[in-house]
Amino acid sequence: MTAEQALSDLTEISSQVEAAALFDAKGKVAASTLADGEPFVRAVQDLLAAAAEARQGSLNQLEASTGEGSVFVVRDGDSYIAATTAPEPTVALVFYDLKTALRAAASEPAAKKAPRRRTPKKKPEADGDAT
Amino acid sequence: MRRRLLPLLALLGAWAAGIALLRRTAGGRRERVDLYFEDGSMQSLSNGAPDAARLLPLARAALNAARGG
Repeated sequence: MTAEQALSDLTEISSQVEAAALFDAKGKVAASTLADGEPFVRAVQDLLAAAAEARQGSLNQLEASTGEGSVFVVRDGDSYIAATTAPEPTVALVFYDLKTALRAAASEPAAKKAPRRRTPKKKPEADGDAT
Repeated sequence: MRRRLLPLLALLGAWAAGIALLRRTAGGRRERVDLYFEDGSMQSLSNGAPDAARLLPLARAALNAARGG
């Protein structure tokens, strides 16, 4: 599944997600529901950097809840997904949907690495010997 | 006259206290940052904490960026 497809499925499944973006640790945007996802991803990276300063440790998930809405971030290795919702979302459900989308997008390279090959069937040798 | 005013004042007082409690509860739930770590630990920074005061404006900036504001 491509990153774009994963985000498309996410927005279809989760009515709570307003906008979402998939990006890597360097901030390279893989896919976004926004016309230009870069400003959003940059802002999310600033948030992640500030959160990392707040406490030592490897951050896996983040939810920032404000009066205007919530920002969610989920990390899996070097892959990140960030999303925004309206205020007071169903937190566990949004996290679940984001993790599913991140996993679906991450499965893309593995699928490309190991394409299934179909070995041609051997023709029965008896056909040629009949003459 | 005083007897008639007393229940009304008590009702007004209860109403004001209820509104204040609701606003405080809802506000506390709304403004916070929850951090989840790889080791399974979680830290909730509620509005008023120094770290939350730093993180919440950044979260608002991310929301504005997503909404094109």
